[in-house]
Amino acid sequence: MIPVNWNRTKDLVTSYLFVFPAALLFVVFSIFPFFKVFQLSVFEWDGIATQMRFVGLNNFRDAIFRDPSWWISMRNASEITLVTLLFQNTLALVLALIVDREIKGKNFYRVVFYLPPVLSGIVVGLVWNWIFDGSHGLLNYALTGMGLGGWTRAWLADPKTALLSVAVIHMWKGFGWGFVILLAGLQAIPRELNEAARVDGAGEWRIFSRITVPLMLPVFFLVSVLTILGTMQIFDIIISTTNGGPGYHTEVPITRILVAMVGSSRFGYACSLGILFGLILLAVSMVQMRLSKWSSRYS
Amino acid sequence: MKFFPRRHPGENQGPVHGFWIPAFAGMTALLAIVSGCAKQEPASKKEIVLWHWLTDREDALETLADQYQKISGVKVRLEVYAPSDVYSSRIRASAQTGTLPEIFGVLGEPWDLASYIKSGHVANLEPAMLAAGGAWQKQFFPKSLANNSFTADNPYGAPPGIYGVPIDVTNIQMLYNKDLFKQAGLDPERPPQSWAEFITDWHKLKAAGIPGLVSGWGETWMINCFASNYAFNVMGEKKVLDTFRGRVLYTDPDWIRVFTLFDEIRREDLLVRGAVTMINKAAEQTFANGKAAFAFNGSWCVHPYQEMNPALSYAPMLPPRISDQFPMRIWGGAGTSFMINAQSPRREEAIRFLQWLTEEPQQSYLSRETFNLPANRSSAGALPPILAGFAAHMDDTTHPSQWAASERPTVIEAVGKGIQSILIGEKTPAQVAEDIETLKRQLMGDARNGAH
Repeated sequence: MIPVNWNRTKDLVTSYLFVFPAALLFVVFSIFPFFKVFQLSVFEWDGIATQMRFVGLNNFRDAIFRDPSWWISMRNASEITLVTLLFQNTLALVLALIVDREIKGKNFYRVVFYLPPVLSGIVVGLVWNWIFDGSHGLLNYALTGMGLGGWTRAWLADPKTALLSVAVIHMWKGFGWGFVILLAGLQAIPRELNEAARVDGAGEWRIFSRITVPLMLPVFFLVSVLTILGTMQIFDIIISTTNGGPGYHTEVPITRILVAMVGSSRFGYACSLGILFGLILLAVSMVQMRLSKWSSRYS
Repeated sequence: MKFFPRRHPGENQGPVHGFWIPAFAGMTALLAIVSGCAKQEPASKKEIVLWHWLTDREDALETLADQYQKISGVKVRLEVYAPSDVYSSRIRASAQTGTLPEIFGVLGEPWDLASYIKSGHVANLEPAMLAAGGAWQKQFFPKSLANNSFTADNPYGAPPGIYGVPIDVTNIQMLYNKDLFKQAGLDPERPPQSWAEFITDWHKLKAAGIPGLVSGWGETWMINCFASNYAFNVMGEKKVLDTFRGRVLYTDPDWIRVFTLFDEIRREDLLVRGAVTMINKAAEQTFANGKAAFAFNGSWCVHPYQEMNPALSYAPMLPPRISDQFPMRIWGGAGTSFMINAQSPRREEAIRFLQWLTEEPQQSYLSRETFNLPANRSSAGALPPILAGFAAHMDDTTHPSQWAASERPTVIEAVGKGIQSILIGEKTPAQVAEDIETLKRQLMGDARNGAH
């Protein structure tokens, strides 16, 4: 008979009991819904009925091969992401570089630049509705005032400008995040490196390209990953500005999931779209992580 | 006493805190989760719970609930969950967990209500409505009850009966700004009756520099509503429903005529700039501020217009007809309806409260306070002129929930999106009709194969 070490057993039980509340909450509110989504994705269910009908992988087949609006929404989100990656992060970097210098009122600018991200997306969307309004919007008013009346248009209702307008709103709301992270990265670079380079006769551009950029590469990748994940999931601004229109021009994956779930009461299909979208984002994140590791080694 | 006494390796720990504190925490977490899932019971049998989403009517409903408690001794606890999509999600989740209150509303499409009924969540109120010679039923505008009823041959498979109590009624019409009419030299007491007159009037308004029509067509259901009005006018109810049944194609010339109307709106530059993606609240602001001569909106607009611009001079008008072959039908019926939880032990108390709430004095009070059309016909006599104008056309109303056939949600969405494409000049009416028909055929094929 194996002797029982009561002290050890009690320690073990105590340890598990400490972990139990957190584990229970995690299981109930994270693990269970996660698996429930997978379960629902193979059923046809309206979210109300007591019975669900098993449809196998039909929901996935429909999403991948028979729902062009889903792929249009993916393309739209990708376009917004690309524009955001280029312009939002460039703007954030420029502002971070400016504020990183010893300029007057830099703390004020830090607060101001960080204000848009803390605002609600719905509120931001409604405010920008007034700016982009086709009849009496501020932008059209300003353009007319500058003698550019021919450029005025319903920015959010014109298929040529709707997606770009949404991207502009998203960038305005989001550049503060990138700014804060990039600024933190810049401040982590030892000042001595720049000073030594200056002593050696390096100009500002050379310092930026040979010291700042290599040392900032991991930060750039972090900001890129966050930008991609955040932008692909854009939703609240769309709802409060274009509602996915005109036509499908500003539909994004989350609005399609919402339409499937609430508009058509197809919970199973909505879950399959959610899984598909999650897998795509996971793949993108994995590529980014690989690149990030590579950049860490390089820097 | 230390809650987390420092111990050394090998030290025999005391018998108390090291074990009981985490055990207590674990039990607390377990209890919190279990109690969170438990059904929320009213405090006493003299209390019923009503969940609603009507933030604009909250005060009026609270006043009536207090009044009811004084009369009957039954407390009606009102809980607001807004906006409406949050409310809908809550109702769905509560239905799944069996925690619905005594009285609640079902927002959404007829198939949603049918699903709640089939799942046993909504009580059939027909016996109560028909009791005492149908006294309760006779109080209402028939169309308002029809929106809450399912007939024996309904396409949703719901058992026949009356499942909701209308609190107010709505209908969706066009509105015109009388001051802008005067400004353009038009008779403010004679709105256009036909589409041709409408276009003629529009030319005069346009010449006077007045913008045309505004509506929240970023919310595609409003486009579908407008299109449906004209589909009924052009081809009549039977042909519209036959289209839903798959017996008439969307590429039929009558449907093309309906879609062409939107192309005409585009060519005539009739729509206010940006209205194609506008939410209805923004459209209401535009019309209230006198920046559009016409609006397409529901009778619920009276309150927001009053709030936004009390001096606004306007009146409702039926959408100008394009055909004399069939009557113009507008969407209307029940605006707000409440359902009774079929599984609640206090459903009789809940029915008694709704009977009281729909009596003439309470309905008149609600109408006066909230600028909505009352569901009780006897309260409609003392309406202000604009609401009376809406009420005058209650007999011209129809609604998808009353139709004997229903269209698939994805097709309905394709119609709305397709019309948006016409309005922005991206697609022709024929292309949109073809797109919709292709989708419809695909879905019908799936249905035949049992995929959906």
